[in-house]
Amino acid sequence: MLSKRIIACLDVRNGKLAKSIKFVNTKDIGDPVDAARKYYEDGIDELVFYDITASSDKRNIMIDVVSKVASQVFIPFSVGGGLRTVEDFTRVRLAGAEKVNVNTAAVSNPQLIADASASLGSQAVVLSMDVLRVGVSPATPSGYEIVTHGGRTRTGIDALAWAKKGEQLGAGELVVNSIDADGTKTGYELTLTRMIAESVGIPVIASGGGGAPEHLYDVLTEGKADAALIASILHYGEYRLRDIKEYLHKRGIKVRLV
Amino acid sequence: MIVIVDYAAGNLTSVKRALDYLKIPSIISPDPKVIASAEQIIFPGVGHAAAAMGTLRQRGLDRALKDAFAAGTPILGICLGTQIILSRAEEGDTACLGLIPGTVPRFKLSDPALKVPHMGWDTIKLTRGHPIFRDIKPGDEYYFVHSYYPKPSDSSAVIATCEYQGEFPAVIGDKNIVGTQFHPEKSGPAGLGILKNFAAWNGAPC
Repeated sequence: MLSKRIIACLDVRNGKLAKSIKFVNTKDIGDPVDAARKYYEDGIDELVFYDITASSDKRNIMIDVVSKVASQVFIPFSVGGGLRTVEDFTRVRLAGAEKVNVNTAAVSNPQLIADASASLGSQAVVLSMDVLRVGVSPATPSGYEIVTHGGRTRTGIDALAWAKKGEQLGAGELVVNSIDADGTKTGYELTLTRMIAESVGIPVIASGGGGAPEHLYDVLTEGKADAALIASILHYGEYRLRDIKEYLHKRGIKVRLV
Repeated sequence: MIVIVDYAAGNLTSVKRALDYLKIPSIISPDPKVIASAEQIIFPGVGHAAAAMGTLRQRGLDRALKDAFAAGTPILGICLGTQIILSRAEEGDTACLGLIPGTVPRFKLSDPALKVPHMGWDTIKLTRGHPIFRDIKPGDEYYFVHSYYPKPSDSSAVIATCEYQGEFPAVIGDKNIVGTQFHPEKSGPAGLGILKNFAAWNGAPC
């Protein structure tokens, strides 16, 4: 039986961590490669690097980060942010990333998912979706809508319909990021996560709201997620990865213990 | 020197990076002559069985791999590479290398909660010892991504199994060839241990 995956998300700007990471009893770390190696040694199952570099001429720095990570960290990791073409995807893959993460670019051009999947294989294509709770309406029968630009732009696209379409187009996994829960640290959006996990045949990664180990437990059981994305609770030393995994293990969830 | 077989099928550089990290000398090569004279061979792969077999034949690598196997060269298959070792793949109804008799069926699962591909970290159960599992802990997990799995005709060729609504062979082997369905190069320290053990293996059956 597969283990539930714990995935750490790292925001990278101009080749550095957007916010430095404080490990328990260690100094701040600002280098994404060092942070990745530390999480790898601690037993993270997967990593996501999100490139929030604003100017496109500095994007080559990210390729350098990817290739450094790939030569020291031997678990799957994906890269997202600023990838708009199959050529972009191919570059990060050749640099050593296992998967690519598509988000906003796929909303304006869904064919990108199909093209990426045809070129890299669907197992390498993660569709990341930002979702806002809007209530049930004719346009959004699921009660949830896809948004972009951190939630500032509404798209009018129903979240459940988009998830199914993403799977059909060839996405191999879905990241379901709740804009409502994001940053609250009060728990993942269980209703949304479960609804999507029960409607697609590909793994669902829950994102947004994870503030304590019990939140991960809830979304991996009641929320039916295959994996949970965490960021700040790990980055600022609030919890250690080992403690989170041992907590889940004790409550009967199969996790990879190293 | 380990030769990584280049047949345009995915994760070659990942394997190379892992070997570099372990300071194990290796080269990536598409040349049948280089494969024929290799001390050890790693045969990785991600993608479609029919496309992969097509490229192998076109480059004359099918012959080279068969000859190397007959000559006793230690060979490690990974993922699609492991599947292609068998005689026939269900994917595209493809005739494969046939170094170990058997087939490569697709998962047919009745449990709707189980997804295909089988993707993520999973434990395996050794059915017998093998040099590539020397000093490996029983609870170690490995990274899998696959919709098909290797199924040797003779169960004595199964070295380890994995559980996914019933057991399937996760590691197969015979004589000087061994193949993992999972990706040792993406399986953390446990996976690196397997690559290290392979590099130290002379191909003698255990």
